[in-house]
Amino acid sequence: MEIHHLVKMANEIGGYFAAMPDHEEAVSSIAQHLRNFWEPRMRRELIAYARHDEGNLKPIVREAVLRLAAPAANS
Amino acid sequence: MLAIDDHDLGTPERKSGANCGALVTLEIDGRSVTVAAGTSVMRAAALAGAAIPKLCATDSLEPFGSCRLCLIEIDGRKGFPASCTTPAEAGMKIRTQSEPLGRLRRNVMELYMSDHPLDPFQCKAGGRCELHEMANVVGLTQVRYAAGGRTHSDLPADASNPYFTFDPARCIVCSRCVRACDDVQGTFALTIEGRGFDSQMTAGQHERYIDSECVSCGACVQACPTDALMEKTVLASGRADRAVVTTCGYCGVGCSFKAELRGDEVVRMVPNKDGLPNHGHSCVKGRFAWGYAIHPDRVRRPMMRKTISDPWREVGWDEALGYAASELKRVQAKYGRGALGGITSSRCTNEEAYLVQKLVRAAFGNNNVDTCARVCHSPTGYGLKTAFGTPAGTQDFDSVIEADVILVIGANPTEGHPVFASIMKRRLRNGARLIVADPRAIELVRMPHVAADYFLQLTPGTNVALFNALAHVIVTEGLADEKFIAERCDPREFGIWRKFIVEPRNSPEAAEQVTGVAADKIRGAARLYARGPNSAIYYGLGVTEHSQGSTAVLAMANLAMVTGNLGRPGVGVNPLRGQNNVQGSNDVGSFPHELTGYRHVSDPVLRAEFEHEWGVTIDPEPGLRIPNMFDAALDGSFMGIYIEGEDIAQSDPNSQHVAAALGAMEIVIVHDIFLNETAKYAHVFLPGSSFLEKNGTFTNAERRISPVRKVMAPLAGKEDWEVTCALSNALGYPMNYAHPSEIMDEIARLTPTFAGVSYAKLDRLGSIQWPCNDAAPDGTAVMHTGQFVRGKGRFMLSEYVATDERTSARYPLILTTGRILSQYNVGTQTRRTRNVVWHAEDRLEIHPHDAEQRGVRDGDWVEVASRAGAIALRATITERVAPGVVYTTFHYPESGANVVTTENSDWATNCPEYKVTAVQVMPTARRPERLPPDRVIAAANPGGR
Repeated sequence: MEIHHLVKMANEIGGYFAAMPDHEEAVSSIAQHLRNFWEPRMRRELIAYARHDEGNLKPIVREAVLRLAAPAANS
Repeated sequence: MLAIDDHDLGTPERKSGANCGALVTLEIDGRSVTVAAGTSVMRAAALAGAAIPKLCATDSLEPFGSCRLCLIEIDGRKGFPASCTTPAEAGMKIRTQSEPLGRLRRNVMELYMSDHPLDPFQCKAGGRCELHEMANVVGLTQVRYAAGGRTHSDLPADASNPYFTFDPARCIVCSRCVRACDDVQGTFALTIEGRGFDSQMTAGQHERYIDSECVSCGACVQACPTDALMEKTVLASGRADRAVVTTCGYCGVGCSFKAELRGDEVVRMVPNKDGLPNHGHSCVKGRFAWGYAIHPDRVRRPMMRKTISDPWREVGWDEALGYAASELKRVQAKYGRGALGGITSSRCTNEEAYLVQKLVRAAFGNNNVDTCARVCHSPTGYGLKTAFGTPAGTQDFDSVIEADVILVIGANPTEGHPVFASIMKRRLRNGARLIVADPRAIELVRMPHVAADYFLQLTPGTNVALFNALAHVIVTEGLADEKFIAERCDPREFGIWRKFIVEPRNSPEAAEQVTGVAADKIRGAARLYARGPNSAIYYGLGVTEHSQGSTAVLAMANLAMVTGNLGRPGVGVNPLRGQNNVQGSNDVGSFPHELTGYRHVSDPVLRAEFEHEWGVTIDPEPGLRIPNMFDAALDGSFMGIYIEGEDIAQSDPNSQHVAAALGAMEIVIVHDIFLNETAKYAHVFLPGSSFLEKNGTFTNAERRISPVRKVMAPLAGKEDWEVTCALSNALGYPMNYAHPSEIMDEIARLTPTFAGVSYAKLDRLGSIQWPCNDAAPDGTAVMHTGQFVRGKGRFMLSEYVATDERTSARYPLILTTGRILSQYNVGTQTRRTRNVVWHAEDRLEIHPHDAEQRGVRDGDWVEVASRAGAIALRATITERVAPGVVYTTFHYPESGANVVTTENSDWATNCPEYKVTAVQVMPTARRPERLPPDRVIAAANPGGR
C-alpha cells in the first residue's frame, strides 16, 4: 500500500471527527472508523508508520492510530 | 397501442381530491355499482362490466370528451352526455345502450372510418386497433360517404424517430398522444395544428419527430388507439402473442415492463400499468433501448488466455471455469488468503450480488468484496445509516405527489431518472415549489410549466457549506421544528450540533464566499424549505461523489430532522440511485465490512448465523474496498479478482492507475455480456446474461424489490447466478440452487428486513418495499414513521472542509460530470442501440466567457488537462455552466473522462470525487481515435433494434 495514500485518507477521516468538541470522543471515533472500515493490512501499515511519523499525520489521527495498536483495541 | 393484456377502464382511478374517500352508488344498465366520488360514469360502467365505446379516453389520461362515442343516457336529464367527463353521482340511473345511442355512435364512427381504411387487414396494429374494435362494437359495417372525397390518406409518414413512426394518414386526431406528452411525460412536444378537417397532430413547430423536443419516452405510442404511432419493431415483426412482466435493466427507478414476445422474439417493451414505480410510463432507454441484448457484439462462449497479450481462445464452460478456479487457488496459495477478491455491479440482480459476496466470504475466505455503489452512493449508505439507522431512502416515489417544497440537489432527474422526473414535474405543475442547487442549470430550472423558485448555482465541491448555511438560517430564525426534535431526536447530539450550526462561519454570508451563491438567495431557500409544510430532498451523485460526500448526506439528514420533514408522505431524504440495483446490491451484503442488511462482520452473533447457514468460518475483519484493491495489487498483495458486470477500467477514477493495478494481477476473471474495457486485462472471460435472460430481483431507489423474469433463453447458455455457482463448485465450495427463488429464501432467512420476502409474495403483490417482515408483512412505503430505525435521530456535525483538488494558474477551471437522457453510464448498453442518434459523442460544455478567453469556438476540439491526465473533446459553448466550470458526460470510452479524474475520495467511504477536477482547457489539434458520429450511429445496432 502506498503509505502517503493511507496517511491522506486517515487525515481526511480525522478532518471530519476533529470537529467534535470532546477530544476523547473524537479520538475514539477516528479509531473506531479505522477499525470498522479498514482492512487489517491497511491498519497495520498505518500503525507501523505512525510509530515513526514525523508530522505527516494530524496529531489527533496519530493518537487514534496508536490507540489501534494497543492490544485491547486490536481485536 | 396498449399492452397485450391491458384492460382499459377509460379514465383514471380517483383516490384523492375533493370528497376523498366518499363512495357513491349508482345504477348502470340495471346493475348497481359503488365507486369513489369523482369517478367517471365511464369507469364505473367498465367496473360494472358494461364497457362503453370510446376512442379519446384511456385510463392513463384525464378525460377529454372529444370523440363523442361514449355517449350515455341519464334518467331525468336531457341529451346524451359523454360518460368520460360525467362524474358518477349517487342515485344516477344510466343506460349505456339504446337505439338512439347506437345510431349516434354509428354516425360518429362512420365519420371516423370515412377517413380511415375499414379493412382491419390493412391495419398495422393487427387486432389491437381500438378504432376497428369500436367499429365492430357499434355495429358499423359500411360507410355511406362516397370514395373520392377529401381524406388524409396521402400525407407522408414521419419515420425520423429511430424507434417508431407517425403516419398521419392513420391518425384520428383524438389528442391522446398530445395529452400523454403533456400530462404523463410533461414535455409538451406535441400539438394539434390547424382547425376542422385540417387538424393534424404535429411534433414541435411542425417538425419531424427527431428534430422536435420529443424525448422519445413512448407515451404517445402507448396512448395511440390506432396504428398511427407504431413501434418499428412491431411493424417489422408483427404483433406479439404473449407478454412477460419484468423490471427494466437501466436506472434506479426500476420501471416495471411487459416484455411482449412473438414466439421467443422480443417485439417490444411496454411499461406496465400496474407497475408501482412507473404507473405505466417509461423513458427512451427502458422502452426502446433494449436492442443491445441481442447485439452481435454479445459474447456467446467463454474465453481464456494465459497472458493479456495473448489472443482470446474460445473454450467450453467447464474448461473456462476449471482454469479460473485453478488459477484462483494457485494465487491464493502463493500470496495468501487475502490476495483474492470480487466486485459486482449494480446491474446484477440481488441474487447474483448475494452469491458473489458469499463466494468471496465462503470460498475465498476473506471479505474482499465490493460493488460499484462504492463509486456512486456509498456515502448515502454511511450518512443515512449514521443519522437514521438504515442506509436507504426514506420514502416511496409517489410521496412526491404530497410534497409542497422540493429541493433537488446534485441530481438531474429529467436526464438520469426521467420516469420519476415525470411524476415530480406533474407535482410541480400542480403547485409545489422548487429549489434547485446545482453547478449547472439543469432542465428543471426552467422548462415548460416548471420554474425553480430558487436556483442556487453553487461552485462544485461546496455542497456542505450550502447545507450548513440553510440550517443556520432555519435555526437562527426560529424555523426549527422544536417539537419534532424534542420527541424524535437525540438531545445531546442536537445540542452539540445546534451550537455548531449557529456559529458565524456557517452563516449564508460566509457561505456566499465559498459557494458563490448570494446570501439572500440562501436565506430565501432556507425559509421556503423550512415552511414547507411538506418539504422533500431529492439528491444524486452531485452530492455523494465528493471528498465530503458523506458529510453532505449527514448535513441533509440534519436539515430534514431540524425541520421535522421525516416520517410521513411528502417529505424525506431521497437518494436517486443511478443504476437499477444500487440499493439491492448494497442490501445483500456487497460491502466489505457488512453482511446482508448492513450488519458489520465483526459481530460474532451475526457471523455465527451465517456460519451455520454456509458451513464455513467467516473472517471477522473488514475486507478491501475497490480502490484499496487497486493499491494492494500494485504492492503485490492482491493478485486475483472476479468481476461481474462492472467495467472498472472505464468507470473508476484515474484510469491509468486502474489499468496498472489490473495489469499487475495474475488472474482477472471478467463476467460480462460484452468485451468491455476491463476485459482487456482479463485472463478468463465468462459470458453473461442480460436482464432479459435471467430470473432474479432488482431493488430500486425506493427500496422496492421487483421481479426480473427470464424472457428469452440466455445467449451463452447460463444465467449469471448459475455461472457464479459453477465457479464456486469448481473451487470446491458447493453452491447448488435450483432457482434464484431459493437464493432469495436464503437471504430472507438471514436478513431481518427481508424476512417476509419470497418469490411467491412478489408474484402476489407485484413488488415489495423492504422492510418486509412480521411487523410489515406487505412491506414499508415510508420509513421512520413512529421513530427512527436507530431509535433517536442523530444530528451529526458537518464541518465544511474544502477539497484538496484546488484550482490554480495551471488548472484554473473545475470540471464536473453528469449524464444525458439517451445514454446510460459508460454506455456499454446504450451505445449499442439507436440511442446514439441523440448522443453520438461526449462534449465539453464551457461558458462563453471561458471559451472566448481561450479562443475556443463551438464545435472546436479542445484538450482537457488535469493533474491526472489529458483528454480531447469537442466543445459546446453554453451558459448552462457558470464561468470557471466546465462539464462533460462520460458515456464513450474514447472520451476517457476518467483519465482526468483524480484519486481524491470521500473521507468515510472512498467514493471517488468525480465531481471536482481542476483542469485547463485549450484548443488542440489532437483527435482521439473514434468513429465519426454518422458511423457511430450506423454501427450502434446493425440489427435495427
